Amino acid sequence: MIKVRIPTPLRPLTKGQGEVEAQAKSIADMIETLNGSYPGIKDRLCDETGELRRFVNMYVNEEDIRFLKGKETSLKDGDEVSIVPAIAGG
Amino acid sequence: MELTEPQIQRYSRQIILSEVGGKGQIKLSKAKVLLIGAGGLGSPAGLYLAAAGVGTIGLVDGDVVDLSNLQRQILHSTATVGMPKVESGRKTLTAINPEITVNAYHQLVDADNILPLFKEYDMVLDGSDNFSTRFLVNDACFFAKKTLISASMFRFEGQLTTIKPHAGYPCYRCLYPEPPPAGLVPNCQEAGVLGALAGTMGILQASEAIKEILGIGETMADRLLIYDALEMKFRKVRRPKDPACRLCGPAPTITNLNSDYTVTCTI
Repeated sequence: MIKVRIPTPLRPLTKGQGEVEAQAKSIADMIETLNGSYPGIKDRLCDETGELRRFVNMYVNEEDIRFLKGKETSLKDGDEVSIVPAIAGG
Repeated sequence: MELTEPQIQRYSRQIILSEVGGKGQIKLSKAKVLLIGAGGLGSPAGLYLAAAGVGTIGLVDGDVVDLSNLQRQILHSTATVGMPKVESGRKTLTAINPEITVNAYHQLVDADNILPLFKEYDMVLDGSDNFSTRFLVNDACFFAKKTLISASMFRFEGQLTTIKPHAGYPCYRCLYPEPPPAGLVPNCQEAGVLGALAGTMGILQASEAIKEILGIGETMADRLLIYDALEMKFRKVRRPKDPACRLCGPAPTITNLNSDYTVTCTI
């Protein structure tokens, strides 16, 4: 199981939950699994071509997946994935 | 430059910290910090920088104080509703510390006025409320080689990082290459924000600014702090330099401030 941290803007999709669990081998796999449980979340994370949106970052533990293998970054039991979108309020 | 008796008294609780001392206090009094936005983040940040004796503080904001600001923008008060925020802010900061200089700029920053404005300052705190300004401020800080302390918030969540590509660290575009397209997420007015969250994030900005001025502690320049007020969790993630960064990478495509920085309040 991996833990996924859901940012405030996406919580309406997860019934308000800030942390959900998923069984997944990679980030791409995790996105599909999450979309099964929380329909619509994939569209918020990925653009029309299926690529991750440029203003949404994902971290496996402390590392940004853009500097790992992107969506193909593998996951193992106990990993914590954080979804961190750019926010601009001041 | 030497500290006067009243200054030694005023700042005694931080001068006795070995990391600050008299030398550090003089560094603070020589520091010139520009706050982009005198709102939710700029208010608490400005108050603590002024109280700490940061010698010159610039406030830039085009808005006037509105009653709906007072829930979080503690530079302002019921009595200053309708006044330009930068004037209201100058009054508050000067009342706390009449020894410092507070410059008020009642304007929005844009690609034409931002670099001349930056010339007068050596550090910038971004507390603006839209992506266009945030990308403009990042790019201008890069070209002007100014350290930028960036914080932002949304509902119950805050982010903070220090940006100093001139010292080899990543820029804001290394973190988020592009702003979201307009209309994808609700705008500032619709989203709402916890007032005390603004306080937390603005004060963290002030704390990081003081550390950068004094050159003490660990920099946030290669980290991003994420604060979740509802769960009371602080997380830090690594923030690497993007070799493909369009601004600070080895083959930049942004070489001046001529990009499109259309101001919207949409995130």
